[in-house]
Amino acid sequence: MKNFKAVLGIGVIALAAFFIVAADHIDAPAVQGGNSDITDFYAFQGENTDNLVFVANLQGLLSPSATGAALFDENVLVEFNIDTDQDNMEDLVIQAIPRDGKMYFFGPVAPSQTGLESTIQSDAMVGGAVDISAYGDSPKTASYDGMKFFAGPRDDPFFMDFAQYSEIIAGNAGSFNMPGADTFKGTNVMSIVVEVPKSMIGTSGTINTWVESKRK
Amino acid sequence: MKTLNKILVMLAVSLVAFNCSNDDDNQVIITGPDFSGTYMQEDQMGRPAVNTVFVASADKDAFNVTVPSNQDAAFQSKFQTNLMALSPAFANAGDMNALGQDAAAFTGLLATDVLNVSLDGTTTFYDGTNVLTGRALADDVITVELLLIFGGEDFTENPGLSNDNVDANDKAFLTSFPYLASPH
Repeated sequence: MKNFKAVLGIGVIALAAFFIVAADHIDAPAVQGGNSDITDFYAFQGENTDNLVFVANLQGLLSPSATGAALFDENVLVEFNIDTDQDNMEDLVIQAIPRDGKMYFFGPVAPSQTGLESTIQSDAMVGGAVDISAYGDSPKTASYDGMKFFAGPRDDPFFMDFAQYSEIIAGNAGSFNMPGADTFKGTNVMSIVVEVPKSMIGTSGTINTWVESKRK
Repeated sequence: MKTLNKILVMLAVSLVAFNCSNDDDNQVIITGPDFSGTYMQEDQMGRPAVNTVFVASADKDAFNVTVPSNQDAAFQSKFQTNLMALSPAFANAGDMNALGQDAAAFTGLLATDVLNVSLDGTTTFYDGTNVLTGRALADDVITVELLLIFGGEDFTENPGLSNDNVDANDKAFLTSFPYLASPH
């Protein structure tokens, strides 16, 4: 085995951006720090095990003092993509788009086109809308047709010792600390959460999912 | 069946209906929110930390606008080069991770950046039994990825690099919707 530091000269190229921040926070120059920057994506079985929950987080590393002013951008569409037949192309989408204090959701619905360009599927048969929750208020949720919706600021659920990894990559440390320190402690994100009956997606097996932000 | 947009418009109609006194008001066109236009992709994400870990700086924007079905052809070999340079656990021919994947197989999985989700039960990035059946809020995804990158065939290699020793979030998650903890 090679010594880790011996490969750092090359490894640092691959890793430098990672530890600017992790998951997908601030992952690329074009979106970094903007209101289309996706920080994280989660998909898991709901409290009701007949449902799936999708979470998209945006605008990472919001301090408590900055959170009250954070807004969803009406020109930014957040689109959950669902591939049900293992070709890694979206068969269904759930679109979330804010308008005048509400987050509107369309789908799950087959998109009129796949890929990098989207139009809002406002003729979808399913979906709903929810008031965007304000910082400091209890979360406002909405339900429609078995779906549940939320949009607003939440604690960033991501956790990692980013700072120590930066030290490792910088060559200032050879390993993580025990215990580590969560660099994301005390920070918030702008969250979109939608819970969907599995029956709207499929019956069994595995789906492939990803989230996109798209700007008008 | 009514489409959602019609339902939303009907809600708008019901709100203004009391104000309508004109006999011709069946001609009134209610304009809901304007959802027209084309939206162009800026960012995307499937599994945690893939773009940030494996994509070279010059490629990061390009990765975000490459559809998943094209990502393997465009990025797998670059991921493999980066992985083998990055991790001593993949430095030698035949090296594998604990999933039994060599560098080509592991980066072949990762290059197509989608999150696999089971419709049939437990959804977790890795819980000791289930692998890549979803991503739950409490999953320690960074340690899982560090283990798969640095931990070698049995998770024992490079122990100082394969766990950041941050195992949980700073706030407890909710058992019910919306699941995420209240903001700080």
